[in-house]
Amino acid sequence: MTTLYDKLGGAAAIDQAVDIFYRKMLADDRVSGFFDDTDMDRQIAKQKAFLTMVFGGPNKYTGKDMRSGHAHLVARGLNDKHVDIVIEHLGGTLKELGAADADIAAVAAIANGARDDVLNR
Amino acid sequence: MTAHISLSGSKFAIEDGETVLECLTRNGVHVPHACCAGVCQSCLMRATDGEIPAAAQAGLKPTYVNQGLFLTCQCKPVGDMTLCPVGGGELDVPVQVADRVMLNHNVLCLRLGLEKDFVCEPGQYITLKNRAGVARSYSVANDPESDGYMELHIRLFPGGLMSDFLRTEAEVGAQMIIRGPAGNCFYVSDDAGQFPIVLAGTGTGLAPLYGIVRRALAKGHTGPIRLFHGALREADLYLVEQLKRVQGVHGNFSYIPCVLEGEAGRYYSCGHIEDMVMASLAGDKQAIRLFLCGAPEFVKSLKQKAFLAGVRSSHIHSDAFLPTKNVATAA
Repeated sequence: MTTLYDKLGGAAAIDQAVDIFYRKMLADDRVSGFFDDTDMDRQIAKQKAFLTMVFGGPNKYTGKDMRSGHAHLVARGLNDKHVDIVIEHLGGTLKELGAADADIAAVAAIANGARDDVLNR
Repeated sequence: MTAHISLSGSKFAIEDGETVLECLTRNGVHVPHACCAGVCQSCLMRATDGEIPAAAQAGLKPTYVNQGLFLTCQCKPVGDMTLCPVGGGELDVPVQVADRVMLNHNVLCLRLGLEKDFVCEPGQYITLKNRAGVARSYSVANDPESDGYMELHIRLFPGGLMSDFLRTEAEVGAQMIIRGPAGNCFYVSDDAGQFPIVLAGTGTGLAPLYGIVRRALAKGHTGPIRLFHGALREADLYLVEQLKRVQGVHGNFSYIPCVLEGEAGRYYSCGHIEDMVMASLAGDKQAIRLFLCGAPEFVKSLKQKAFLAGVRSSHIHSDAFLPTKNVATAA
């Protein structure tokens, strides 16, 4: 089965997707505050791993990474609403890249599956 | 499970969230360090046993990685590790002061003679050490391989350990040590050098940018190159005449000094460098390569603004000049 990762064009497409996605996140006042202290280069590398995972590409992301990586943000008030916003921007990013609605829904479902790990529940 | 680190017959327990550097320093073991941010590489040690977390080797040369070297300041052990100190001569490259001249009221241009070939890209940085073991990182402002010497631009701080040494003891002929190079902020050409380049730096952030500009021009870069140098006052600018001369010779190069507290109608622009750089990023931003060096807040802020304005993240190269930090020692 061809993954969305392959359909979009693999690693090169991820580079483009990360820029679009991270721009949306930084420009959105509802979530941009969570990125205040982070180094942009490191953040981009993490977003790349995240997008590769939700697009079904080769990745090494584990639930444990998701938990430890977000624990400090949960302490700062990260909640379900913010996860919804992430999924919203993922969808917007994929639309710009020309993905089909069914693929966007599939990505949203994968991202949703990480919700409890991200929120450390 | 508590991880332990073993060093020279002693065993230390890592406390929650602690780095190897913090643990050793807390236990009274002296480990040289300066930036505590994985940049200066003065805290390198070797692991002879145990897993090295990937973050502790990020940015290191492959030859260092293969030898089990890692950054103690970035290493939060995931299990027991056995360490050994890195021997003095292993990574150190001897140099001697070949020339020294002040470029303005507080920037020293230090030229170092190299006894053997030292391959590095202009814009990368090295760590300079004096006899007392004081280590500081500086960007390389030239191509040492072709010039036969290495040029550093060093801002002298009143009371700074390295500054005092350089002011009073680093005469021509004085022996010093360098380590490196490291860093990814340098010129790479991939389309016959036609892409636009924008470089912006504050203070001695000019050093790597000056090196990158000269490297790009030497490689025959044909796209426009714009260099912004930000300073608080006119007296804080340097290399003004040299850069004007380069501008006279190369039609595709422009030099834009920006002075925050300047007077109107002079050769420089008055105002904030960030505003001027952003105003210059017109048209198609996809092709622009951006180089940012200097004060960390400046680099971080402009990096984000340029990215939000449409510059590709993979086209932004930066080097934030981090301040020196000290880790708490045993009481």
